[in-house]
Amino acid sequence: MAFDSLPVELSELPGAVPAWQAQAGTADLQNICQAVKNQGGRLIALWGTDEQDRGEGYTLHLSLAKAEGLLWLRCALPVDQPKYPDLSPIFYNAHRMQRAARDLLGIDADAADRRPWLRHAAWRDSDRPLHRAHAAGKTFEAQDSEYAFVSVTGDGVHEIPVGPVHAGTIEPGHFRFSIVGEKVLRLEDRLGYTHKGIDKRFQGMPLADGAKLAGRVSGDSTVAYAWAYCMALESVAGITPPGRALMLRALMLERERIANHLGDLGYLGNDGGLGFGLAQFMRLKEDVLRLNAKLFGHRYLMDCIVPGGVACDLGQAGFEAINIECDTLMHDVRLLKDIYDDHAGLQDRFLTCGRLTPNTAGKLGVIGLAGRASGQAWDLRAQARPAPYDLLDARMKTHKNGDVAARVNLRFEEIFESLRLLHVLVERIAPGDIAAPLPATMSAGIGLGWAEGWRGESVVALESGADGRIRSCHAHDPSWQNWPALAFAVNGNIVPDFPLINKSFNLSYSGCDL
Amino acid sequence: MISWSGLVAQLTEILLAVLLAPILLGWVNQCRAWLQNKSGPGILQPYRTLRKLFEKEAVLAHGASPLFRATPYVLFACMCLAAAIVPILGTDLPFSPAADAIALVGIFALARVFISLAAMDIGTAFGSLGARREMMVGFLAEPALLMTLFTASLISQSTSLATIVQHRAQAEFVIYPSLAFAGIAFTMVSLAENARIPVDNPTTHLELTMIHEAMVLEYSGRHLALIELSSALKLFVYSCIGIALFFPFGIAAGGDSVGLMLALPALVAKLAVGGFAMALIETLSAKMRIFRAPEFLGTAFLLAVLAMLIHFLLEA
Repeated sequence: MAFDSLPVELSELPGAVPAWQAQAGTADLQNICQAVKNQGGRLIALWGTDEQDRGEGYTLHLSLAKAEGLLWLRCALPVDQPKYPDLSPIFYNAHRMQRAARDLLGIDADAADRRPWLRHAAWRDSDRPLHRAHAAGKTFEAQDSEYAFVSVTGDGVHEIPVGPVHAGTIEPGHFRFSIVGEKVLRLEDRLGYTHKGIDKRFQGMPLADGAKLAGRVSGDSTVAYAWAYCMALESVAGITPPGRALMLRALMLERERIANHLGDLGYLGNDGGLGFGLAQFMRLKEDVLRLNAKLFGHRYLMDCIVPGGVACDLGQAGFEAINIECDTLMHDVRLLKDIYDDHAGLQDRFLTCGRLTPNTAGKLGVIGLAGRASGQAWDLRAQARPAPYDLLDARMKTHKNGDVAARVNLRFEEIFESLRLLHVLVERIAPGDIAAPLPATMSAGIGLGWAEGWRGESVVALESGADGRIRSCHAHDPSWQNWPALAFAVNGNIVPDFPLINKSFNLSYSGCDL
Repeated sequence: MISWSGLVAQLTEILLAVLLAPILLGWVNQCRAWLQNKSGPGILQPYRTLRKLFEKEAVLAHGASPLFRATPYVLFACMCLAAAIVPILGTDLPFSPAADAIALVGIFALARVFISLAAMDIGTAFGSLGARREMMVGFLAEPALLMTLFTASLISQSTSLATIVQHRAQAEFVIYPSLAFAGIAFTMVSLAENARIPVDNPTTHLELTMIHEAMVLEYSGRHLALIELSSALKLFVYSCIGIALFFPFGIAAGGDSVGLMLALPALVAKLAVGGFAMALIETLSAKMRIFRAPEFLGTAFLLAVLAMLIHFLLEA
């Protein structure tokens, strides 16, 4: 077992991914985290729930991961003094998640940084929007909030504030640059502008409906989220989707990966000033999306994954269309890769720009695509291999340079790998049902879902109530881990290179503002 | 003594420049779109944009000084004056003796100083960011431009653009190797001065990478329209300087009314080819990192100096 040397009592969770759950006391938290870290593990998510309706206090939840599986650690906190030890010295990425949990629920990590994270002006410091006592639609008294950015002083140092309203149609986020001349000394990002109260909205929803909401946490990763949610729900219900449904899910996930990578490669070329690249890659992405619409009924595959299986089946003609499109894509993307590789001007922009060294990336716990470009070998499809990836032999790609060029090359390689996987999926898919029925009544339980989206790992932790409704559900986006890394990658670069570096990460705002 | 025909030619020329400039810009954008496999908005799009902007209300930032308001007009006046000096159709220009090639560079510099001051006037981070980048590009581009103009002046022994064109267009055809070098230098300078790729990207929405666009972010309505028109005019004037220095054939001599008639189609043809060439360069290039601009413009300066040396070695 992956976590068996830890000083906690583990019980295994049923389901597609190897997962365990355990209860821990606040006194043991740091020891457990340190032990997981020493074994090469990392912190995926940290969040809180309110259990006062059951006569308890709060619960702090952690999900810790190793290559072999996932551990869901729960820690009860008393209602009058909901404090727990600061975990950010062990896991750097705990920092913002602790602040977010404090804003929503008042559970306090006793960290030195007392600034809010998700709370802007929509509620007061004393309000706890995630309390069960509040109705989902409740609004709070607004309060202006001053946010104290870390200031850099020195001769000629000044600040450039950018956003949250940008000149292009992109998500809102504020970036505070401290610069001297054109050189970036420090970048501090401030997110939370798209906070929608997703955790609250999940509560009390019928279990089957949760998949729709999960699929809307971050629109470009809808397949990954919907799959992770369904995986968690299937774990609670104790059902296994039929093989054909799992193959179709993998097919959709790889198509989502291809579409997003194509779009990013186009925009990376465009941000480097090569508009030709954008025009070509957007054409290819559009072809993928149109085929999605034709085959699955939705361009971005929203609501195509449902609890128990998938919503629609493909006929022979559909699989053939996918095969043909894969061949065309393989040919065109190869050509475009040659053009990108041979373009001196573009390579001059990409190479050495926005470097995130493997050492820094490891310390920050960077995951997903950005992590793999900086030598962090985490890919669920090749490691924990939830079905059907246990049958597929997905090959993980990594790079060591950690610059924009590495992230560009990794995208190309992952497209090629996904195209290969699509061929294998189409070849191996067997006839059968596309969904297993959900049991009519479901008992209370917990389940974990874990899916490798195009950006990285999406985790959904679901707790169902006895009434067949969601008691609590938390969706975690890989962007939580990777946003702090962006600030490190930008340091020492020049201001006009920031958009390119930012695009090479392409992190979600919506996914971690929740 | 200003002749009537000269006055008419002069006024026609300025009017023509103002009218044709948006079309040239539209043509470059259209070619860019074609080269990127897009259908493009058509060559009249800049006119539609201008009409839209002129109809909109001009919004001024709090604390905008009169300098900020005046700049679009100063800019437009500068570009009109430049258009008046450069022989576009004929060399019989009454304004021509008022300013030579060196003064022309000064006019461009004046426009640059005003737009940079206006950009810093509001006090936003982007404005000053753009202004200081513009000044960096400007102080590197101007010497290279002057050197290019000097090479052409040496050949015709005059810094007056009208005389330069007269000397080359109406004299016996001679190949000057120095002009080839000067031509490349001039092309590089034009790309930088007109905020085109590879130095600046006129189509970007990324505030942090902008040079020219960052300076005009705070402008709106008729002010922005005038600035856009001035930018188009600047591109047109630069193209016409290029034509006057390197391909002056077809520009009419003073008082040659038939020549004037023929000069217009020649001009349109030359601009069409030049515009396409610019679109091609822009499509094939990526935008440089900003600190590559000194290398780029340094190369332009070096080529211009080489052109002068070649003139002394081979042609003098």
